[in-house]
Amino acid sequence: MTEQEKFENMIDKMKPEPHRILEVVRQTAAESTFRVAYDGETFDGQFFMLSIPKVGEAPISVSGKGDGFVEFTIRKVGRLTEGVFGLQQGSTLFMRGPYGNPWPVKDFENKPLVVICGGTGMAPVKTLLEHFYNHPEIANEVYLIAGFRDADCALFNEERARFAEKFHTIYTLDTGATEGFEGGLVTEHIRKIPFAELGDYNVVIVGPPVMMRFAGEECVKCKVPAEKIWVSFERKMSCAIGKCGHCKINETYVCLEGPVFNYTIASKMFD
Amino acid sequence: MGYKISTEKMDEILKGLSGQYKVYGPKWDRPHKNVRFAELKSVREIVMDRQSNFSIKEVFYPISQVMFYFKGEDVEPSEVADDRDLLIFARACDINSIQRLDKIFLDNGENNNDYFYARMRKKVKFALIECGGFENCFCVSTGSNATDDYAFAVKIADDIFVEVKDDAFAGLFSGCEAVDYQPEFVKENAKKVHVPEIKKENLKTVSELEYWKKFDDKCIGCGGCNTVCGTCSCFDTVDVVYTEGSSDGERKRVWSSCMLDSFTETAGGAKSRATHGANMRFKVFHKFYDFKSRFGTDWNMCVGCGRCEMRCPQEISFIDTVNELAEECKNI
Repeated sequence: MTEQEKFENMIDKMKPEPHRILEVVRQTAAESTFRVAYDGETFDGQFFMLSIPKVGEAPISVSGKGDGFVEFTIRKVGRLTEGVFGLQQGSTLFMRGPYGNPWPVKDFENKPLVVICGGTGMAPVKTLLEHFYNHPEIANEVYLIAGFRDADCALFNEERARFAEKFHTIYTLDTGATEGFEGGLVTEHIRKIPFAELGDYNVVIVGPPVMMRFAGEECVKCKVPAEKIWVSFERKMSCAIGKCGHCKINETYVCLEGPVFNYTIASKMFD
Repeated sequence: MGYKISTEKMDEILKGLSGQYKVYGPKWDRPHKNVRFAELKSVREIVMDRQSNFSIKEVFYPISQVMFYFKGEDVEPSEVADDRDLLIFARACDINSIQRLDKIFLDNGENNNDYFYARMRKKVKFALIECGGFENCFCVSTGSNATDDYAFAVKIADDIFVEVKDDAFAGLFSGCEAVDYQPEFVKENAKKVHVPEIKKENLKTVSELEYWKKFDDKCIGCGGCNTVCGTCSCFDTVDVVYTEGSSDGERKRVWSSCMLDSFTETAGGAKSRATHGANMRFKVFHKFYDFKSRFGTDWNMCVGCGRCEMRCPQEISFIDTVNELAEECKNI
């Protein structure tokens, strides 16, 4: 590589590019899915830095992908995301990426998979679930536990209905059971998974930090070996290339070594 | 090869270099009552009787830096206005601090060097200032008292002594009085730091020490220590719009600090670290464990320049903090 090529490569990693918003699908009162034109490759579990000039930039996981697009399911909660909610079909969103290590999907194929997710934590696992939904030939038994605060907060109604046809699903609400949902936190349902009968399997956990901690501990109580558990971290990031320092935990940079971590590593990381 | 030269001759040489180099050194910034790295006209502007308040890094990694200009849907990286290289007069600790910054900006992760840092860093050459140490430094404890990364070295006394290492600069001194001069490095500081025995095995135990709690109230999270540190590299990005309603603007990066309350705060207000004690622990671990462990270096991140010691408005001594921690670690 010539020096000029090296510098061009460096700019490419840092420079946001304009992308057209193809469609906006409202999920809940506070969450929508933005489908954005994108021709490159992404791997399940990766994220992009989304930005709006004059507003700011933040890391957002890919929640869906297809021919010529990627999707982001975003909660209106901060400065950037409020800005994104001001955009509509045909608007321009700036992006750079994808960044981060994906789920080890190949290792998950032809083995039972348990996915435990809470709230918007379902977004970073949704393409993984779609992968096994769309490719039954490489899927084994898939168990999905998805928890939300209440029915109004439940994401991906259409997708969850489809997943229920092929996967073993438990959908649960913190506020208690109602039609289509059981009640209680996701951790209360983990012991229902027949781990002892699954043989060589993997467990994926994504959600708010507290939920991930307790779900991880519950899996360990259920005698799930740490090396079979995978998590994805969400941190503040200003660069996504190991420079800005915000996502550093101990000697690990979440943007570089994560956001997906094996639990043998993740359970030893602390703030 | 060494030379003894006069101030006038040295300044003549600096003037001669000014076509190819912007020449920087630690000098008085009178309006701010600070010593900072800025462009030099005379070698005598270099402040010799005290450490500079700010470190060397701002010469090419400024406090605030435009990364991209936005004009509608066009995004253009900022340009470097001056295509001259940089010659920076600096002490060993400061030159060593750049070695630390290089690790973060040019060697952290594969194939993702920082464009804005890299394009300036490749222009930099150092002129070593021989230094006898100051009241608050501890460069010997951190092993950053010496360096061989310099184009030439100067001892600034009544006369100026020069050792030239970079052949590109040798010609400038031809005809000057040849003397036997080699720069000396600080052998002992008044202040000493005992590096705490933090290891992978005791990392969690050390992080959970009651010790850190004393900073919860004492530290006010101003981030001054990080701002003056030569090895702190963290930044935030900030978007600026020129006029309301316009689509034109810029994205800057601005130094950040792991001691600020907002450093780990994500949208919605969640914080990974929520107390000043936790932030202090994060900073000390980074300076004396995380960095060295990550990069496999022989040296820690801290270069012992002592600026944080001088800067803290709460009179939290970083030296005492690290030494007390070293004692605590012995008792584990």
